[in-house]
Amino acid sequence: MAAIAERRWVVAPVHWATRAAWFAFAVYFVYALSHLELTPARFLAGLDYGYKFLTKLFPPDFQRWELLLKGLKESLEIAILASVLGLIISLPVSLLAARNLMPTWVTWPARMVMVVCRSFHPVIIAILFVKAVGFGALAGILALTVASLGFLGKLFTEAIEEISLKQVEAVRATGAPFMSVIAFGVVPQVFSRFIGFASYELDSNLRNSTMVGIVGAGGIGGTLFAAFQRFDYDFVCAIILSIIGMIVVGEVLTNAVKKVFRA
Amino acid sequence: MNNAAASVMEREWRRYEPGERIARFVVYAAIVAAVVMSIRTVEVIPEFILDAPEQVVDLLKRMWPPDVASYPKEIHAALLDSLHIATVGTVLGVAMALPFGFLAARNVTPWPWLNWMARLILISARSVNTLVFALFFVAVFGPGALAGTLAIAFHSIGFVGRLFSEALENTSPGPIEALRAAGAPSASVITYGYWPQVVPAFWSLVLFRWDINVRESIVLGLVGAGGVGMALDNALNLFQWNRVAMVLLAILGVVIAAEVAVTYIRKKII
Amino acid sequence: MTLTDTGGAVGAALQIRGLAKSYVRGKPVLDGITLDIASNGITAIIGPSGTGKSTLIRCINRLVEPSSGEIIFEGRNLVTLNRTGLRAARRQIGMVFQEYNLVERLTVMENVLSGRLGYVSPFKAWMRNFPSADISEAFALLETVGLGAHAHARADALSGGQRQRVGIARALMQRPKLLLADEPTSSLDPKTSVEIMTLMRDQASQRGIPAIVNIHNVELARRFATRIVGLSGGAVVFDGAPDALGDAHLKNIYGGESWLDGGDS
Repeated sequence: MAAIAERRWVVAPVHWATRAAWFAFAVYFVYALSHLELTPARFLAGLDYGYKFLTKLFPPDFQRWELLLKGLKESLEIAILASVLGLIISLPVSLLAARNLMPTWVTWPARMVMVVCRSFHPVIIAILFVKAVGFGALAGILALTVASLGFLGKLFTEAIEEISLKQVEAVRATGAPFMSVIAFGVVPQVFSRFIGFASYELDSNLRNSTMVGIVGAGGIGGTLFAAFQRFDYDFVCAIILSIIGMIVVGEVLTNAVKKVFRA
Repeated sequence: MNNAAASVMEREWRRYEPGERIARFVVYAAIVAAVVMSIRTVEVIPEFILDAPEQVVDLLKRMWPPDVASYPKEIHAALLDSLHIATVGTVLGVAMALPFGFLAARNVTPWPWLNWMARLILISARSVNTLVFALFFVAVFGPGALAGTLAIAFHSIGFVGRLFSEALENTSPGPIEALRAAGAPSASVITYGYWPQVVPAFWSLVLFRWDINVRESIVLGLVGAGGVGMALDNALNLFQWNRVAMVLLAILGVVIAAEVAVTYIRKKII
Repeated sequence: MTLTDTGGAVGAALQIRGLAKSYVRGKPVLDGITLDIASNGITAIIGPSGTGKSTLIRCINRLVEPSSGEIIFEGRNLVTLNRTGLRAARRQIGMVFQEYNLVERLTVMENVLSGRLGYVSPFKAWMRNFPSADISEAFALLETVGLGAHAHARADALSGGQRQRVGIARALMQRPKLLLADEPTSSLDPKTSVEIMTLMRDQASQRGIPAIVNIHNVELARRFATRIVGLSGGAVVFDGAPDALGDAHLKNIYGGESWLDGGDS
């Protein structure tokens, strides 16, 4: 039949709304780019500065290693304490926020608390705590605890909301007290995921604990910021390399923990 | 199981295998030791801890009521700047991350040394905090939105590149094999074999990263890299607590709006 | 056609009086059920899907809250019990579920031991510190249900029939005075279904406890039950011995009749 030769195949047409959305985004993108005030002269000057900057970074200067080590240690302490505190607080809060276990009037306030904690960057929270409790590690610990509550709380709540209620029902039917229902019906279903989330949060706190010092909340960040302001770039390089080293070691360790718990 | 064996087992029930028990015990012991050591050596003045709740309440009191009048004058434009920084930074970051993602994926790039090079770059980008990149770019290009945008872009490379390469490695090899068997060139294998399989993962991680970047763009102003963080810094330095409260409220609004938008778009396109 | 051969309340292990339940106001799922369950034997509850069989069973141990009526068990009205009293009552009622409802990430042993949770303090339960008598009994029960070798396996590694055996062991672990089973065989193949029903019948009769079993399969009900209760539209429409259940009754319970001919149409 001749009709076979006539048949044509056309790629499925893109919906006009999708096209319009892409066009609008492209216009916006160009507009936003223009806000950056990037002129060729500035770009070239930047390349020149950048080159000088990079040459000043190397070789890294580890002479003040005692200062470096002290800062790293304080960052590590902040991360550990904030993670543990955040974990302890977010367990009950996420249980309260789980819509499958609690009534709405309980979940709503718990969720609001977590949203507010999650909305602010840890460094912003750190500024407020520095103003409230003064410079030092305490402000960093409190700031990262709040941030941990926001993220862990959200992840925990989602994990609890995904559990099978049938398994919980069966434990309840044995006449077990409430805490035993949690221990046998809920915890086994979420435990390994919780371990995974908690180690993720420890990694994340370790990263942020090296930054809160920029606003005076303790840890290596303060040393880093000071070195930057003194144009002490070879020390800056040493600090950054050490931070990277600590974060990588931290990730290796938390991965090992996850393996132990099969998370 | 015979009865003798059963009777031996009777009182022997334990929750985990011995090796597993030891491993878990070691982990728990290490956690306790780390916490105890941290508490003992961290430089925190105990009186400050007791004092902290009171101080926080006092701070909140000083913040109330928020200075609404300052929003149109000093906050609105800076807030939009932060959004521009986040969006442009994400787009640039994703554009730079894609090649590294392809290079890092072992099934796409069959040369191990290239995989490792790409991975090293991705890990480095991820390990250097946005704020550190911001300090660097402020030193290079001077204060302003350009430094912030580049900081966001460079840090995003690590996150987007790693997740994208993982998505590539999780693609099913069947269609790829079929295309190769049909003699398709490598570029076509990517566009017809890999890309359709990773599109949903790609968009979802771009949206996720944008959401994170909105939060990060707000801090950048503290080191002079543009956006609403500079307004916050000014208000803080002048102890204008009511204005600080207004900035924080505005940030809260933008961040929640961004999260809602991301959830909505994700539902639409995936 | 309600109270027939089981007759009066003398010796009844469970008395249900005017039990009603509506999830939506004005649309009762159970509409005034009155039943006496004798102190032994298997009572099979049959009826079309959505007629409230599951709700009836769940009202007995109040996994579903009844809207009105009385349930007398061990001299107490379960419907009005407070939380503590309800937990104490639930300990004496073992329950077997359609989809087994094992805690999948726990081992078989932990699942069986969870039948003792009502008797062990939450802290000891958390530490898995159960009395050794309970542990011995759990091993014995696992032998009884034929899973002695699987005590350390995780529940999600078992087949459906094996899981239901664990479910039965868990219920028996409570040393119950009443056994409830909600469609215990609906997720199983015909051969395993017969094995599971045999196990439940034998265990119930050995322990001298009554069992109430929701069941879809009329043939299984006839084969294993000592009494059949037919539910339709939230009310009891048949109550009698398996032999007394005829086609006319089935038509009354399930409606229609073409399915009774055994034709393939």
